[in-house]
Amino acid sequence: MVKEIERKGLPVVHLCTVVPISLTVGANRIVPTVAIPYPLGDPALGPEKEKELRLKLVKQALQALETPVQEQTVFSRD
Amino acid sequence: MTQKVRLVHYLNQFFAGIGGEEKADLPPAEREGALGPGIGLKAALGQKGEVVATVICGDGYFNENLAEASKTVVKMIAKHKPDLVVAGPAFNAGRYGVACGAVAKVVLEEIGIPTVSGMFAENPGVDLYRKFAYIVETGNSAASMRQALPKIAKLALKLGRKEEMGPAEAEGYLQRGVRQNIFVAKRGSERALDMLAAKLNKRPFETEYPLPTFDRVEPAPAVEAVKQSKIALVTSGGIVPKGNPDRIESSSATKYGRYNLAGVDDLSAASYETAHGGYDPTYANQDSDRVLPVDVLRQLEAEGEIGQLHSYFYSTTGNGTSVANAAAFAAEIAGELVNEGVHAVILTST
Repeated sequence: MVKEIERKGLPVVHLCTVVPISLTVGANRIVPTVAIPYPLGDPALGPEKEKELRLKLVKQALQALETPVQEQTVFSRD
Repeated sequence: MTQKVRLVHYLNQFFAGIGGEEKADLPPAEREGALGPGIGLKAALGQKGEVVATVICGDGYFNENLAEASKTVVKMIAKHKPDLVVAGPAFNAGRYGVACGAVAKVVLEEIGIPTVSGMFAENPGVDLYRKFAYIVETGNSAASMRQALPKIAKLALKLGRKEEMGPAEAEGYLQRGVRQNIFVAKRGSERALDMLAAKLNKRPFETEYPLPTFDRVEPAPAVEAVKQSKIALVTSGGIVPKGNPDRIESSSATKYGRYNLAGVDDLSAASYETAHGGYDPTYANQDSDRVLPVDVLRQLEAEGEIGQLHSYFYSTTGNGTSVANAAAFAAEIAGELVNEGVHAVILTST
């Protein structure tokens, strides 16, 4: 899906937990996430901290969209 | 009598009979002897081989802890001094396929023994790990278990007895991208001309060196500033309005949905859920923002950090969905997004 959207010229950032799969499907901007059933959350953190974590990941995704890349790039979680 | 081939079987939590997605976070565990599909495998091996132990790991756990899980699993396997490992078959289960492939890789690198697995050709585990395993092509579901096991057993016995392994088509495994030198009666120039003649006469022929097909899409240019951009959300995590109005299938999806986000600031448990059948839905059903981050994007929109969140999101379920279907959905979606002036896409997967 990532590839077909990008083929139309739209930059896509792929937020996913299993990075190797994202690499084989051909995503070019990849931000690794938390866990398969809750990529953008963590039920153990409680609602406030969880939303902070999500905000951080989404901000990272937005940054990836602003970053020119020449090849598949994994933006590591900091 | 020659010694029995010793093999260790790797299974996920589901085929080991421990549980479904709710048990996908199971750390590696081991059992003596055969279990689940291992029973059928044992029957197919007959007197020539035995399943000495079964190592089990939840698909979620394995994929989320790839390095650590590989290490633990290989230790558990090595203890039994097997001749080889059988992993799966994983059919079209993506995370299971990745786990089976990763097990094959670590087993080859750490113990130096081969692995036989079984997967549907589109399983992502095939492309990632074909070099490290002998992967028998299976159907896309466990309905093809009965056909898969004898093929797996045959390869396992051959490898276990260190018999010479022939090329992929002849032996019945998916191409591994490994080249082997062989002696043939006809020299290269003759074979090339035979092939050319066959091609010109539209007769079937088999290439001796298939060129790799790389279907890569060049990275699209970065957006200049997300502050001025319209961002759209797309997910393969199956987030849908409660009740799944379009009845998107829980796996092997044949459709996607387009849902209005006007006036939606937060995906509440009362209004949204996941239709995805390939992961434990508990957490997404409690709060779908965990898969589709509408709440924080609305916040960033209000703060002026992004220009605009596109007023529709698109969703399908990514498990077992054919590559052809997913590509077709995405091409349609992308066309609409371009027409609606979207600048960039956040795509989330589970």
